[in-house]
Amino acid sequence: MKYAYFPGCCDHTSAKEYDISTRAVCKNLGIELIDIPDWSCCGSTPGHSTSHLLGVALSARNLALVEEMGLDCTASCAACYQRLALANMEMKNDMKLCEKINCITGKPYHGGVKVKSIVEVVAELGPEQITARVLKPLENLKMAVYYGCLMVRPKEIQVDDPENPQIIDKLMRTVGGEVVDWSYKTECCGGGLAISNEDIVLRLTNKILKEAVDAGVNCIVTACPLCHFNLDMRQKKINKIFGTNYHLPVFYFTQLIGLATGLKPGELSLETHFVDTREVIKLIA
Amino acid sequence: MIRVGVFVCWCGSNIGGIVDVPRVAKEAARFPYVAHSMDYKYTCSEPGQKMIIEAIKKYKLNRVVIASCSPRLHEPTFRKTIARAGLNPYLLEMVNIREQCSWVHAKEPDQATAKAIDLVRMAVAKAIHLKPLYEGSIPVTKKALVIGGGIAGIQAALDIADAGYRVILVEREPTIGGKMVMLDKTFPTLDCSACISTPKMVAVAQHPNIELLTYAEVTGVTGFIGNFSVTVRQKARYVDHSKCTGCGTCWGKCPQKVPSEFDLNMGTRKAIYIPFPQAVPNKPCIDAASCRRITEQKCGVCAKVCPVGAINYEDRDKILQLEVGAIVIATGYDLFDWTTAYGEYGYGKFPDVITGLQFERMVNASGPTGGKIVRPSDGKEPKNVVFIKCVGSRDEAKGKAYCSRVCCLYTAKHAHQVLEKIPGSQAFVFYMDVRAPGKAYEEFYQRTVDEGARYIRGRVSKICRQGDKLLVKGADTLLGTQVEIEADLVVLATAMIPSRNSRQLAQVVGFSTDKDGFFQEAHPKLRPVEAGTAGIFLAGSCQGPKDIPDTVAQGGAAAVKVCALFAKQEIATDPMIAEVNEALCTGCLNCREVCPYKAIKRKTIPDKARGQAAERTVARVNSSLCQGCGCCASSCRSGAINLNGFTDEQIMSAVKASLQHQRLLTNRQ
Amino acid sequence: MPAINLTSNVKDNLDFIMHVSKESGQPVQHCYQCGKCTAGCPVAFAMDYPPNRIIRMVQLGLKEHVLKSQAIWLCAYCSTCTSRCPRNVNLARVMDCLRGMARREGIQLEGRAKKIALFYDCFLDTVKRNGKLYELGMMLNYNLKTGHFFKDAGTGLAMFTKGKIKLIPTKNENYKDLAQIFERIEEMEEKC
Repeated sequence: MKYAYFPGCCDHTSAKEYDISTRAVCKNLGIELIDIPDWSCCGSTPGHSTSHLLGVALSARNLALVEEMGLDCTASCAACYQRLALANMEMKNDMKLCEKINCITGKPYHGGVKVKSIVEVVAELGPEQITARVLKPLENLKMAVYYGCLMVRPKEIQVDDPENPQIIDKLMRTVGGEVVDWSYKTECCGGGLAISNEDIVLRLTNKILKEAVDAGVNCIVTACPLCHFNLDMRQKKINKIFGTNYHLPVFYFTQLIGLATGLKPGELSLETHFVDTREVIKLIA
Repeated sequence: MIRVGVFVCWCGSNIGGIVDVPRVAKEAARFPYVAHSMDYKYTCSEPGQKMIIEAIKKYKLNRVVIASCSPRLHEPTFRKTIARAGLNPYLLEMVNIREQCSWVHAKEPDQATAKAIDLVRMAVAKAIHLKPLYEGSIPVTKKALVIGGGIAGIQAALDIADAGYRVILVEREPTIGGKMVMLDKTFPTLDCSACISTPKMVAVAQHPNIELLTYAEVTGVTGFIGNFSVTVRQKARYVDHSKCTGCGTCWGKCPQKVPSEFDLNMGTRKAIYIPFPQAVPNKPCIDAASCRRITEQKCGVCAKVCPVGAINYEDRDKILQLEVGAIVIATGYDLFDWTTAYGEYGYGKFPDVITGLQFERMVNASGPTGGKIVRPSDGKEPKNVVFIKCVGSRDEAKGKAYCSRVCCLYTAKHAHQVLEKIPGSQAFVFYMDVRAPGKAYEEFYQRTVDEGARYIRGRVSKICRQGDKLLVKGADTLLGTQVEIEADLVVLATAMIPSRNSRQLAQVVGFSTDKDGFFQEAHPKLRPVEAGTAGIFLAGSCQGPKDIPDTVAQGGAAAVKVCALFAKQEIATDPMIAEVNEALCTGCLNCREVCPYKAIKRKTIPDKARGQAAERTVARVNSSLCQGCGCCASSCRSGAINLNGFTDEQIMSAVKASLQHQRLLTNRQ
Repeated sequence: MPAINLTSNVKDNLDFIMHVSKESGQPVQHCYQCGKCTAGCPVAFAMDYPPNRIIRMVQLGLKEHVLKSQAIWLCAYCSTCTSRCPRNVNLARVMDCLRGMARREGIQLEGRAKKIALFYDCFLDTVKRNGKLYELGMMLNYNLKTGHFFKDAGTGLAMFTKGKIKLIPTKNENYKDLAQIFERIEEMEEKC
């Protein structure tokens, strides 16, 4: 398996754990990720919120670069995945738009790329292949898998059922974790409103943390840098404002697969979380 | 000498408001062979018909063209009209200038008029070549088959039987009664459903003209109106009903408990069982899949305790062959399976989210809880009950586009029952519209509102677990805000869908279903209980969602249609059917392959080859089965088949008339 | 909202209704106001009009109300509404379209909406200059323009200690392409 890898702009900053663990786990599982030379920002929410053309163009530029590589594309970041996948769909379905965008980017894209979330790429390995590599099953980890919005909606690009997704749950069970059924799997954390309207995000994120704690878990699993940042970094502030006392480590699913398949915490950047992860990791026998 | 009369109808303002009707009549007067042309406001009215008859006599007309509405609506009317004037009824040609001109070209009246003139030109050209046609006749077997023993089938069977004709009623389940007998009370009168339906069930069992076949399914139908041949599979009951007295010892002693279908899995029954105490027949059958004697050769208690030796473990399915003259289909409905579609309502994983029909069983005194409304999860009495309407109905994305028609009223009834039976309770109803168009329905709904049911205009977005309650997240769109309700019980009004396997039945019997799988009536307004195939009639919700009054009315209507058919010694057949010119037929029998009505058979005729007597194969059309669709005519390579009333000569004349006129116009330019 | 004369309003703003349907590609008129969008919207509590009301206002041609609303900016594009809409209206796309229109019409924004639009500008500004998001630059610029110079300073410091902030922007090789893309789109959208 070989994919052109789109790490997203936060790969060396706020989401570096995701990038580091994705690369390490893929290498370990035999998925070859090739960096896209000259890749640029997908546009994210500010792009499409400002102008439909801008949103599509910023993503399409990258699709054109991938097309030159002759590979299909995978993105770790859920926002990047959604933007690239939606742009890909629009470019393929709307010839007029495709022509217009190619003219704007100056890099013609012909619709020859498939865009997959890294979650799909890993899941496609199948349980047998992953189980074969498990060295340390994630016993004693009771997790709430939090999917957020961007990879399950809208339906044109959904990775799984938006009401009760299972794809990461299954992966976590495959590596020996216990997964709970809870109602907030795909409730929104407020995502991109964090900087401009932090109070909204704190309120939404608080609800998600509360539900997870009520479900009796000892960690949250995610596959989205925006969700991760809100749940992990803002936990302290939420405790302060709402008088709560959460101490819930938030992992990327890749970090947990990494641990189960024998990678060291240091190789998965587990020390750069805001909520200390060591206690929970110790639970794994 | 051919003399064509043209009559152009205004249809009030339906046609006359758009098409320049007098101009059409004036133009038509100039067409070849037209001896008389005129327009009239309502041609189908009695004065209009009289006017046609007078014109035929006065101008010695021998072909008639009427430009008006669809022939589906008034061709039979006008055929009778010209027959009254002494003409063969098939010397009529109708032009549809309403649907095809005024209605579709309402915004371009000039073109509508031009098109009407063109269509009349073609019809006149065709009419010139019309030939008189004569109806044939076939005998009628005066015995009816009713498929489905719900209230629709029961009503139809009783009405036909009361008229003095024999009826065979076939029911798939071990008892008749259908869905109605599962219900508790019926809106808007609140009378007990069982009290009004079980006497009818008993009447069926006791009627000397009705033969009841329960636990049986129709597996094949051949033949045609008046002469159907039906195959029925009588499933093995393992109980000899000729010996059984229905004493109940067997199901009292049977040790095997399984979920009861009749109680929608909320209660249990035995492996040998009657579905409910008032079942008809009131004799048991064994559910082979759950019987340990049949599956494992163990137990055998029922045979030991049966005082009359009625148990027969060696019983097998039997195939019965029936001859009937008419078929009434009354196979009813099932409920939309919301658990596979509505993840936001929990995909069925919350035990306290139930369907309306489950609520009916629960609130029914003979149901699994003895009539007490409880939460399935813990048996406690709910205080806050939420009702969600349109689950699967009016939801193109997850369910069906249509309205299921009964949910608004039964939900109002349920809300009333909650408020009545549980002191201090609250009932919340989420609705998009309240559709209460029946007699005393709106009043019933208003009464429920008066009793305190809170109606909230909006769909529910999600149901979450919250402790031992359910958090229902909805919106009040009239207020424009979100609302949340902590519910103890949620009742979903799920859509009515065609009964399971109804598509297969349609295939077996040979008629069509609509886009949603309901059986297609011959005409939505004027032939609502007739199927497209002659001799087959529809009753109840197999034709579309329906409440009990409408269902019973349709059962009676279908019965009347059957009786009208049986009242005749012979029935006339439509002469507008295919005809084979044996001289041209090569016997390839391609036509037999394409015929949807199985109306074409092989026939051997004597032939001479090099002076020697020989035989050859040709196609033969069964005039009773042929519906005149024309598939055979268009597939015949040697042009040996013609459809009477639509012969090649007639069609080509119409086409030529149109093309010649077009060429004339082009040349002029 | 005062009483609205529907006869005159719908007629006067027919263009607006058509335009929203066309640009967003969404059958806005299909909405039957069931409210499932509002019921599930995570941000509705902070909006001045709930999502279904925005659609209704579009249906009725209340252009000014819609384009001046906070709601269209508060929409986080989570698409919960879209995925549950029984009439298959992609509301998130409609909101995107309305934001774009509000910008092109030069609507003066206030409150939360103003901050959201400003954040988008600052974000895109760094993308335009560097080809990629430059988080520190975006934050400083945003704080400068809102006048809250030390907003999120604590966050910044915490991130710095975890090695999650870069002081200088990362650029892709042909980062200048991006400025061109922005310029071409601006030109195109000015024309129409």
